[in-house]
Formats: sequence, structure tokens, C-alpha cells
Amino acid sequence: MPWYVELLRAVVGTIIIFSGVAIVAAMLGVLLERKISGWIQSRIGPTHVGPRGVLQTVADTIKLLQKEHIVPRNADAVIFASAVVLVPLAALLDYVVLPFGTTRWGPLIFRDLNIGVLYFAATSSLIVLGILMAGWGSNNKYALLGGLRSAAQMVSYEIPIGLVLITIALLAGSLSTVTIVTMQAHLWFIVTQPVAFLIFLAAATAEVNRAPFDLVEAESELVAGYFSEYTGMRFALFQLGEYAEMFAMAALAVTLFLGGWRGPVLPSVVWFLIKLYALVFVFMWVRWTFPRFRIDQLLNFSWKCLIPLALLNLVATAYVVMVVQR
Amino acid sequence: MITLGHYLVLSALVFGLGLYAALSRRNAVAMLMGIELMLNAANINLVAFNKYAAPGAMQGQIFALIVITLAACEAAVGLALILAAYRRFETTYVDDLHLMRW
Amino acid sequence: MTGEAIAFYVLAAITLSAGTVVATSPNLMHSAVALIPALLGITGLYVLLNAEFVAGIQVLIYAGGITVLILFVIMLTEGGTGLHIRQRNEQAAVAAAVAAATAAVLVAVASRTPWAHGAGTLPSYTPGAIGQSFLGPNLPLFEGTSVVLLVALVGALLIARKEIRE
Repeated sequence: MPWYVELLRAVVGTIIIFSGVAIVAAMLGVLLERKISGWIQSRIGPTHVGPRGVLQTVADTIKLLQKEHIVPRNADAVIFASAVVLVPLAALLDYVVLPFGTTRWGPLIFRDLNIGVLYFAATSSLIVLGILMAGWGSNNKYALLGGLRSAAQMVSYEIPIGLVLITIALLAGSLSTVTIVTMQAHLWFIVTQPVAFLIFLAAATAEVNRAPFDLVEAESELVAGYFSEYTGMRFALFQLGEYAEMFAMAALAVTLFLGGWRGPVLPSVVWFLIKLYALVFVFMWVRWTFPRFRIDQLLNFSWKCLIPLALLNLVATAYVVMVVQR
Repeated sequence: MITLGHYLVLSALVFGLGLYAALSRRNAVAMLMGIELMLNAANINLVAFNKYAAPGAMQGQIFALIVITLAACEAAVGLALILAAYRRFETTYVDDLHLMRW
Repeated sequence: MTGEAIAFYVLAAITLSAGTVVATSPNLMHSAVALIPALLGITGLYVLLNAEFVAGIQVLIYAGGITVLILFVIMLTEGGTGLHIRQRNEQAAVAAAVAAATAAVLVAVASRTPWAHGAGTLPSYTPGAIGQSFLGPNLPLFEGTSVVLLVALVGALLIARKEIRE
């Protein structure tokens, strides 16, 4: 295809991904979070705006849009502004390789890269850079400490995620997400790899800075961590980045372990969304159930517990695959 | 039409920038950044030669992967040394680390 | 102007301008942060050269790993606070001359040599093929690199450890 058609397709795809993710992940996600946390805590969530409170996020966004735009004095303006761009950008780039379903013309995926899973790991490692820049650019010691701790946490938990991705790629024989889904035609990988599923869920929770691993942005610890100096729409963009990353991790778990879009009767996109929201519900349920980890407990958990477990799982899987093949 | 020469010129320019950074900066971490730029320029060369001059084999890409890995090792060890030197001498400016000079 | 040419010039412009900021900025933090667009521009060049696996590894390790290390060390050492100290040393003019001369020699050699065009079509450099190559003809290289990685990891941990005062 000529290059301008490809470019047009990329631009249209970007707009679709951004608006889809912004509406679904950010708006619905925040609303779900508040409703679910309300139910778990024996209270009703927001009910004032719209029927049963569904327009709450719209009201929040309008409020945030009209807030004053503050840049702290002596803050590095270039770095302060670039961090806002980098975090949601890296989170949204993850959606390029996630298959949302299958149609008559092929899988419903923006681009089925043959390095799909590696691309996902690479773009989610760019978020760490945005967080470091946000922490530094705020010229605020709490933000800096929060940024450094958050970066240390995310870098430590990328390794179990990478090891689990390698294990699944070993089972499926390819790094492409569409191939991984088609290889689960008979048996979902969660049945053969339950340990890897649990490791992935734990590491994904830590990777998106959610409770119980949210020390770096808990209000009682570090004000709001690395984005305490951001106001208005910039704060909303950081939240968009976080929720988009959570949804992307949940979608990747669905693709890797729960059979992607496969399901008996309903159309494939509906199955994908059902599984996706089930996992998002699990993330939110865990948030309001467990107490917070301390930073050294957090890092110990990754290095001394998850990584050896993931390595053993990888070795055992490789051994079984080779023995079965021979 | 983009030929091999374009990539080689680009990597020569990046190498020159990296060399300037490694030679003229006072902070040790900035020198390390120059070294990383030089390694990346060499990688561009390797992968460009793979595509244009020897497309049958993939030795260029293999070599580029190994260079990336070794650059990560060298950056880790270099930065650990800088941290250790900072703890001892309270400075990261290489002009002031002259204990072994005669 | 084909699409490939436009992509090449855009990526080359990004890489060179970011590289210039890395090499010449008086603000150390700006240098470190400018390393990110430089590495991402080089990633785009790898994708243009049909080396997608190398591009993915470059983002994962270089932009997502080494740059984070560099930013950490800058924030943990005085480079984070001493931002108003002059960053260019006395031999900057000589260094610029040497760098310019090296680049000029390389450019001259590169543009005057008639490079041999390899015969053969491009195979698909899939990750499977790269893996087979690592476990086949390149196995000693692979094993040697993993030993070097282990040694570097242990060494860096030992060097950067805080001394335990007895």
C-alpha cells in the first residue's frame, strides 16, 4: 500500500485507540472503581450525576478541564511538560498489539506484529521514564522520592512479567498475540500455567502502581507521589495513563491466559470484553481488600519471591515442552 | 531511494556526536552517555550492512543484539563505579578524580 | 520522495537533534532526557531496516533500562544538584575538532566506496529464526554473553553496595 494510505490508517487507528481507550478505560474505569469500592465498603458510590451516577466521570473531567494550570517555580518546564506526554503515550501504545476479537476478515487487531508480546513489554517499560521525569520536573522532594520509588518498583516488577511472557511464548511457539490466542483453541493456558497466571496478576498490579503496591501514590504516604504538582488536565492525563495501562495489562492477561476472544455462542468482541472486565473487577477487588506493602517488602517480594518462582516455572515448562516434543 | 551510504553517513554523524560528548564533558555520567551514542552508531552500521550487503544471513542483527546486551552490562558496571566514586570522593566530575595521577 | 525516504529523513533529524542536545547541553538532566528521543529515533531506523526484533530489544533494554539507570545515577549523585556547574572541560575545542575530523573521514569513506550489494532476497527475520541462529551456529556467542552478563551483574552489585560499618 502506498505510504500515505498507511499513514492515514495509522492516524485513524490512533484516533480510534485514543478515543476508545479514553472513553472506555478512563471514564468507565474510574466510574467502576468508585462504584465497586462503594459496594465493597457497604456504601453506594456516586449517584448524583446522571442516572445512578454514570455521568460522574464526565462531571469530573469537566471540573478538571477548568482548573488552573500551575507550573511550580524553579521547576524544569521542559521536563515537567514532557512527562505528561510520555506516560499516557506509552500506555496507549500498548494497545497496538492487543487482539480485541475476530471478524470475517481476520483478527480485530491494529497491527499483528510478529514480535507482539515483546513490543508490549517494551512500551510498558517506557512509562518508567515518564514517571522519573515527572518526579524530577516537579521540584518537590516528595515528588522526587515518589518518582524514584515508583521507578524502582516498576523496574523490579517488569522482570517477572517478562519471564511469564517468555513462558507463554514458549508454549505457543510464537511472540505474536494472535498466534497465542489461536494456540489456545483446545485448552486455555491458565489451565496448564496457573502459577504463571498468578505471578502475572501480582506483577501487573505492581506495574501499574495499584494497591496493595501503591505506596508511591498513597495519600497518607507521599501526598500524591510523583504527580503531586500536576493540576487540571495534566493530572487527568496521568490518571488516563494509569488506567489505560491497567486495562492493557488486563487485556494482555486475557490474551495470554484466558483464551483471548474465544467463546461458544456470543460474538468474539463480547467475550473479550466480558473476560477483560472480569479481570478488571479482580484488580479493583484486590485493591480494596489488602493492606499496603512497605517499599522494602514490595521490592523483596519481587526479587526474592516472584523472580525465582517465575524462573522455576520457565525451566519446568521448557523441560515439559522438550520432553513432550521428543 | 535510501541506499547504504545514507545510513553510514548518519551513523558517522552520531558517532561524531558521541565522541564529542565523551571527550569534552566534565561529568562522568555525561561521558557514559556519549559512549552509549557511539555504541548505537556502530549498531546502526551493523544492521544496515546486514540489510544491504548481506541479506541472506542475519549475522548483522545477531551482532547488534550482542552489542546491545554488552552495552547494558558496561553501563551497569560504569554507573556502579561512578556511584562508588561519588560515595568516596563526593564528586562525579572527572577532573577531580585524580588520585592515581602522578 | 518515497515514504521510506521521508521516514528516514524524519528519523535522522530526530536522532541528530536529540544527539546534539545530549552532547552539548549545559543542563545534565536535559542531556539525559534527550537520550530518549535519540534512542527512539534509532529504533525507527531499525524498523526501516527490517530488523523489528532488534528494534523491540532496543526499546526494552536501551530506552527502558539503560536510560532509567542513567537517570537514577544522576539523581543519586551530585549531578542532580550541581546543575549550574560548567559542563564543558578545557579541551572542548580540541574534542570538537577531533570529533568533526573523525566524522568527516567516516563520511568521506562511506560515500566514496562502491559498496557491494548483496545478492539474495531478504528473508523474514522472525524471532524464531533469530532464536534458531542463537542456538545453532552462534551458540558459543550466546553462552559467552550470558556469562558476561552474570559477571557484570554480580560486579555492579558488589561495587555499588554501601559499605557496612562495623
